[in-house]
Amino acid sequence: MSLRLDTLRISHQGAVMVALNLDVAAGEVLTIMGPSGCGKSTLLAALIGALPPAFTATGKVFLEGREITHLPTHARKLGILFQDDILFPHLSVAGNLGFGLPKAAPNRDAAIAQALVEAGLDGMGPRDPATLSGGQRARVGLMRTLLSAPRALLLDEPFAKLDADLRVQMREFVFSAARTRGLPVILVTHDREDARAAGGRVLGVTGTALEV
Amino acid sequence: MAGLAGVIGPAFGYMPALGGTEVTLAPWRALLAWPGLSGAIWLSVFSGLLATCISLGLTLLIVAAWQGTRSFTWITRALAPLLSLPHAAAAFGLAFLIAPSGWVARGLSPWATGWDRPPDLLIVNDPWGLALVAGLVVKEVPFLLLMTLAALPQADSLRSQMVARALGYGRVTGWLKAVAPRVYAQIRLPVYAVLAYSMSVVDVALILGPTRPPTLAVQILDWMTHPDLGLRFQAAAGALLQLALVMGALALWRLAEVLVARRGVAWAASGGRGVALDTALRPLGAMGALGIGLAVGLGLAGLLVWSFAGLWRFPALLPDIWTLRNWGGQSDNLRRIAAETGIIALGATFIALCLSIAALQAQNTARISGIGLIYLPLIVPQIAFLPGLATFALVLGADGTRLAVMAVHLVFVLPYVYLSLADPWRAWDARAGLAAASLGARPARVLWAVRLPMLGRAILIAAAVGFATSVAQYLPTLLIGAGRVSTVTTEAVALASSGNRRLIGVWAVVQMALPMAVFALCLAVPALLFRNRRGMQIA
Repeated sequence: MSLRLDTLRISHQGAVMVALNLDVAAGEVLTIMGPSGCGKSTLLAALIGALPPAFTATGKVFLEGREITHLPTHARKLGILFQDDILFPHLSVAGNLGFGLPKAAPNRDAAIAQALVEAGLDGMGPRDPATLSGGQRARVGLMRTLLSAPRALLLDEPFAKLDADLRVQMREFVFSAARTRGLPVILVTHDREDARAAGGRVLGVTGTALEV
Repeated sequence: MAGLAGVIGPAFGYMPALGGTEVTLAPWRALLAWPGLSGAIWLSVFSGLLATCISLGLTLLIVAAWQGTRSFTWITRALAPLLSLPHAAAAFGLAFLIAPSGWVARGLSPWATGWDRPPDLLIVNDPWGLALVAGLVVKEVPFLLLMTLAALPQADSLRSQMVARALGYGRVTGWLKAVAPRVYAQIRLPVYAVLAYSMSVVDVALILGPTRPPTLAVQILDWMTHPDLGLRFQAAAGALLQLALVMGALALWRLAEVLVARRGVAWAASGGRGVALDTALRPLGAMGALGIGLAVGLGLAGLLVWSFAGLWRFPALLPDIWTLRNWGGQSDNLRRIAAETGIIALGATFIALCLSIAALQAQNTARISGIGLIYLPLIVPQIAFLPGLATFALVLGADGTRLAVMAVHLVFVLPYVYLSLADPWRAWDARAGLAAASLGARPARVLWAVRLPMLGRAILIAAAVGFATSVAQYLPTLLIGAGRVSTVTTEAVALASSGNRRLIGVWAVVQMALPMAVFALCLAVPALLFRNRRGMQIA
């Protein structure tokens, strides 16, 4: 199980911003670091197939040996977490989790209840997501993504908006969840602490190895 | 477009259906020979320009004098519901209020005026059209105010105003010098729409406007609906003249904009702080807003009271006898026509919503050129192209059918629905769509399960706006309905000349209650559905 970026280049008005050629193994966390505006988030947008029209991308993306470069977003099986939790405000906590869980999944209710327990939110299924704390919301967001059974995980500075204590807990929670499931993870961040906690390779957007 | 073409032919004598097969200038000669022409033209231009100037001036004054204060929130909350009110209902309310037998005269009699019977004064339908101007102002100020509110955030108004105040400027002067130019650029289109509408309005002019001569638009309608079909040619010529008048007035307005801008720049740079002006202008703005609120509020209350009035002697403030007879006598008719009105409005609104959502959704991936064309019906006067459409409908044999009326309503409902949906649609956080897609949701599921529910409130408000727009349509219903399809609005306006206050009260109350009920419903449904969803409440 792995995620492969094969000579992926993203350019804006002719200038190359991102150039990467790499493999992320199952359970590995690869960190892409750089200041804001360097193209980190654009990289993730390209990976999920939502590159803004102003950019152009060349190269190929493989997930578990299958090319996904031209698949629509919903068919790529890439889970993504943003800086904000983006929980759907019109659905309950359980409704959000149910949205992620594939329709054909057996024992949907049990799977949702299990996910709530894992996130430390036992019995909070009927709650309005807007009434949860920031940390709780972030965990619901992660569980929703994991329930959709992605084959890789993309993290777009998902810890940036959390308080310092919460950030440490959430990093641990996300990384261990990904390791348990054996998911390849790409984390983009400008925070050295994130990169250190990830414990894997750290690269710039053009593939240079960085020391943290 | 087809409507305009359908006017040009008959205007030059060409209309095979009525035996006009030659191109001639005879319709124009007949039009010019009408003795009331110059008076009608003058009235249209005068009342249109005056109503627009007052509406715009008052709107800017209210915002300039009160933006950022608690009173301002209060003013906007009080005036916003007036938007859903059909023009005709507001006009009837105002007419009842200021008429010689209205509450104003009753309140002042006999202690101040000495009247013990309604005075023989021409207050409503005054020859100068001032009542007409007042009727237009009370409806256009809320419209322009809401348009201005939408433009304020983009104009960075609060911070600009703060800077101006810190530099020692008075509230009103500071706002006019620092914020107004940017805001005006944003509300230019609505202002043009107000000008075009005010110059060519028919229903309000029938209720409040002068009669001898009436405004040009009213006279055209008179010719259009005259049993003598020969007058149709003259009507078509008049419609073209009306169009030319509106275009001329718009050009004049544009010219005035340039001149005001040039003088305004010099004025803004001249350094005058205008602090003393605030003491006079702030109360003036507040009084204007209060006056509009009171006029409409009391007017509507007056309609309601008249609809239940039996004997009501002058100058008593309330009827001597209350009765349900006014309603009872109409109940069958009321039920039938209210249902017809509702069906037409629901149909037109539903189609407009589907078209708007489809157009907005298509813009996710591609730019649609020509989308601006749907605003054309807001600028081109109704009376200029509806006679042409009516002719087409006649030729196609579709006139007088419910479907044809629904279709012509759609022409006016669509721009308002699209207008009120477009901003919230674009303001939606696209990352919610990305998040849904990355969870495996196909585009259709993203639309139905995420975007539409999240925008549910905005969609229902757009629907309520569409419904109110349809209910308020007078001229399209009259001309395309050809007397066989009528709505509460055509019924109410048809009663205008009858002078039967009780009957007018009944119909005008229904006319205002229909859109208000739908508005209330459209606000209540999401509030109820999402009562446990704090993230869905208005921020």
